[in-house]
Amino acid sequence: MTTPFEPVLLKRLGKPDSVTLASYRRDGGYQALAKALAMPRTRVIDIVRESGLRGRGGAGFPCGVKWGFLPEDHSGPIYLCVNGDESEPGTFNNRILLEEDPHQVLEGIIIGSYATRAQVAYLYLRYEYGRSYRVLESAIAELYDAGLLGKNILGSEYSLDIYLHRGAGAYICGEETGLIESLEGKRAWPRIKPPFPAVEGAFRKPTVINNVETLACVTHILARGADWFKTMGVPKDPANPRDLGSYGPKLYCVSGHVEKPGLFELPLGITARELIDHHAGGVWKGRQAKAVVPGGISMGFLSASELDTPLDFAGPGRVGCLGLGTAALIVIDDQTSMVDVLYNTCRFFAHESCGQCTPCREGTAWSTKILERIRAGHGQLRDLDLLMEIAQSMGTIPGTTICGLADGAAWPMKNALTKFRADFEDHIQSGKKSSTRTLVGAH
Amino acid sequence: MTSPSSPQSPAAPSPPLSTTMLVDDVEVAVGKKENIIQAARKAGVEIPHYCWHPDLSVVASCRMCLVEVGDRRPNGDVVMGPKLVPACQTPTKPDMVVKTQTPKVKQSQSTTLEYLLLNHPLDCSICDQAGECYLQDYTFKFGHAHSRLQEPKIQRIDKHHIGEQIVLFTDRCVMCTRCVRFTREVAGTAELQVINRGSGEEIDVFPGHPCNNKLAGNVVDICPVGALCSKDFLYKKRVWWLKNQESVCTGCSTGCSIHADQSDDHLYRLRPRENPLAQGRFMCDEGRFGFHYVNDPNRLKLPIVRADRTPTDATSPAGKFDDPWPAAIQAVHHAMTRPDRKNIVILSPFMTCEEAYLLASWAKSLPSPAHLALGPVPMTGDDDHYPKGPKGESPSGRSIKFTIRAEKAPNRWGVAAIVQHWEGDLVDWSQTAQQLAAGQFQQAYIVGGASGYLDQLDITWVASLSFLTVQDILPSPLSERADVVLASGSFAEREGAFVNHAGLAQLIKPAIRSPGEARPDGRLLMGLVVRPGLYHAATIRDEMADIMSAFKAWKGNSLEPDGLMLERKILTATVVHVPPISQGGSANKGD
Ligand SMILES: Cc1cc2nc3c(=O)[nH]c(=O)nc-3n(C[C@H](O)[C@H](O)[C@H](O)COP(=O)(O)O)c2cc1C
Ligand code: SF4
Ligand code: SF4
Ligand code: SF4
Ligand code: FES
Repeated sequence: MTTPFEPVLLKRLGKPDSVTLASYRRDGGYQALAKALAMPRTRVIDIVRESGLRGRGGAGFPCGVKWGFLPEDHSGPIYLCVNGDESEPGTFNNRILLEEDPHQVLEGIIIGSYATRAQVAYLYLRYEYGRSYRVLESAIAELYDAGLLGKNILGSEYSLDIYLHRGAGAYICGEETGLIESLEGKRAWPRIKPPFPAVEGAFRKPTVINNVETLACVTHILARGADWFKTMGVPKDPANPRDLGSYGPKLYCVSGHVEKPGLFELPLGITARELIDHHAGGVWKGRQAKAVVPGGISMGFLSASELDTPLDFAGPGRVGCLGLGTAALIVIDDQTSMVDVLYNTCRFFAHESCGQCTPCREGTAWSTKILERIRAGHGQLRDLDLLMEIAQSMGTIPGTTICGLADGAAWPMKNALTKFRADFEDHIQSGKKSSTRTLVGAH
Repeated sequence: MTSPSSPQSPAAPSPPLSTTMLVDDVEVAVGKKENIIQAARKAGVEIPHYCWHPDLSVVASCRMCLVEVGDRRPNGDVVMGPKLVPACQTPTKPDMVVKTQTPKVKQSQSTTLEYLLLNHPLDCSICDQAGECYLQDYTFKFGHAHSRLQEPKIQRIDKHHIGEQIVLFTDRCVMCTRCVRFTREVAGTAELQVINRGSGEEIDVFPGHPCNNKLAGNVVDICPVGALCSKDFLYKKRVWWLKNQESVCTGCSTGCSIHADQSDDHLYRLRPRENPLAQGRFMCDEGRFGFHYVNDPNRLKLPIVRADRTPTDATSPAGKFDDPWPAAIQAVHHAMTRPDRKNIVILSPFMTCEEAYLLASWAKSLPSPAHLALGPVPMTGDDDHYPKGPKGESPSGRSIKFTIRAEKAPNRWGVAAIVQHWEGDLVDWSQTAQQLAAGQFQQAYIVGGASGYLDQLDITWVASLSFLTVQDILPSPLSERADVVLASGSFAEREGAFVNHAGLAQLIKPAIRSPGEARPDGRLLMGLVVRPGLYHAATIRDEMADIMSAFKAWKGNSLEPDGLMLERKILTATVVHVPPISQGGSANKGD
């Protein structure tokens, strides 16, 4: 890459008053919106489609294509739901965006709503994000005062209301159909598909769900053009017609055993090693990495020998992980037992399984119990096969459950048990007990 | 099917559109709005399932029904998809190929069952559901015998507070949410809900709001395991000792098709029997739990002849082993055949058509032909429609899924048609009561047939009668004053047809024998009217069809399995108005 990378999503971080409308406008804010409103809305979709922007919420679905799924002939309301539930362990990019520079997200929401004909957008915010909530509340109020929300935005024909909705405090509320149910005031039990939300979503009306970061990218794509976006990242693999490429900047969250944990904006495709060593200050205390979570805990683990994997949408999958997920790295040093790591992981999913599907409800709880027993020094080697079988039944055969949580629960098990089997065998054969110190809670 | 060798050139005529699909290599027709479970049934293939129920929304959450699905291409090739799909959620289409016997499917079935049994107490030996439990059946057919769980099972507290009639054995629940969806979608009362999350989930009610809606008992039936149990039936009988008989509920004029479950001539429970023409798959609690009078120890077990009021010298049987019936029948006969008396015969809406016809035709052939009347028809309030809205409001039109009718008798239609056949007009019971009070009749024959039915009548007119016959199953103020009491049968002992509110004729069949010397009405009446042979309902129905146009349609029809719609307009010449009569309060608990 020849052009030096210039961050855009995090550019305004740390500026005084970065959260205010005045400061955002001084930096050229809401010009992208003005540009969008001057175009036919289908042109906006085309630009986003041309940019190759893929969803940042975890699944990496092409954003412009998703917008295009809405029924053209629908005359009733259409909704845009902004997914700010951000509960994937290790992930905090939405939070930083919303707390530090909310207007670039809100601008993206308005542009996205215009493109999809939504007249109401719901911003579903993780309950625990109190600061984000307060910042957003005043940012939205500012927009109404400035005529950027409500009737006839910027003097155009287009009108939009944004409702800020505090989440119900569960990981599953971030799954798009769980989010819709929760928004409707029900238990966040993901819906069966079809019908897909684009046809029947919130309040049984066509609905688009996008992640906060995805919509922040939309703002910059409209400001700088689709071609600019495509200068960054990993182009399509010409040998693989199904590859969609990984374009644009990405916010990488790095946490765990590193010297300098934090949020880094980099072009998609940087390797895990580069990210850890050059940006996050390296593994802490001079140690080596044993495993790295590539994109939120549900994506599984990279082993030490897989750290040169490029963190684009296709990279982690090539080494047996579930995918790029939220691009949240959790670095695990070589002094840590993978038994403990996997136990904590399973405990999280057992706690967060919504409990509808038998394999997920029972599999997550059972695997946690087994790992608890192994940690207590009562494991048997055949437990590892059993754990593998449970992982298999929950997530590896596609279609066994309603939503992706079960796959996310299965992948770390599968990766840990294959890539780090020695850790488990040692632990079991030595009759060791894990330290009883409480692990960082999943909740 | 197109042969594999058929040419694929674009010029070739397109093959006729297929209308069939394959389930485990069996070809079946693609039905309208059918899912794979239903299609598989047609192929004789059972796909195990818990959460799916034909009357409830599809949630596809138990994952018990996963199968492999593919397509049959025009050239005959079969291409299977990579995923397992829920058979309950997947609509069928032409050329679909379903496989339920592959290793992947079998593995998924046995794993799902292992999961469901992980925290299950497996206390089958004390579980009411044992013997009719889908966890037992599927484990036997699709599961394996042992669990690999080494950790302690989750312990959960039984919930006796769930409802007046229902108890939740929380640890047996498989979380299919059928019960929750039933209260939301059919009853509309939404008492049941899921609390907690993940494997901590349980069914519960809001504190202080138990599940006591009038359809609540159905959740016991639709619960595929022994989690929701009926308090009424709890620990009364192992189900494998029960024999069931097809019958019809007598609680109201909806006439729900039911199974009457009995053992040793004791009626233990009623369950709804699926009948699309009658009520569907459910029944109400009044009907479900209102049968205990059948087992009442106070049931009339002997015919009674009271010499003090009788003008004849009929006496009670001399010895203990003598048949008490001839004397009773003779006493009635003697009185009713007197040419100098004005007779009235009052039929009950709890009689079957055949019984009413036997009695009516005899009454009309008497030397002094009796006046025929329809007895009181108990009514309570208004028809009660479900599902209720959020504020308890009633649904209307096509959104009605179940109705408990105000008319609390099973066969007003049938009996009214018979009365009309001979009397032309059908008069209101209050008019008949006035006629009685005015002393227009000297001899009366009145039929009861259900608990409490005749108890609330104003019977001051009895004094003006010179002879009263009561045919009933339980003692009542009226039977106390009768000259002859004919101990008859409850619905569980009788045979014949009821015609419900919509004109649907359905059969009740004898499930048990009448107590003591009591006789089911058909047999009793065959003796009274002196017809040769045994009571055979079908023969009488054919005879009725020849005589009465209202019943013409059922000639030669077995009325099975769902019954037959008679023409309503013939039956409803007059709408009878009857004073409200309460049904005699709470059902007598007979055991
Ligand atoms: C269990 C589960 C949890 C999820 N949580 C989130 C979340 O917190 N935030 C989010 O944006 N997407 C989450 N997703 C992904 C969403 O379902 C959805 O794909 C995404 O919001 C779409 O937005 P995008 O296309 O802009 O990425 C989750 C998915 C699953 C299966
Ligand atoms: S997979 Fe798990 S979290 Fe997702 S719907 Fe099923 S039970 Fe709920
Ligand atoms: S619910 Fe079924 S499997 Fe469970 S204890 Fe009862 S009979 Fe046995
Ligand atoms: S109580 Fe029965 S019907 Fe209700 S969820 Fe549990 S198993 Fe299903
Ligand atoms: S019956 Fe299909 S998932 Fe439950």
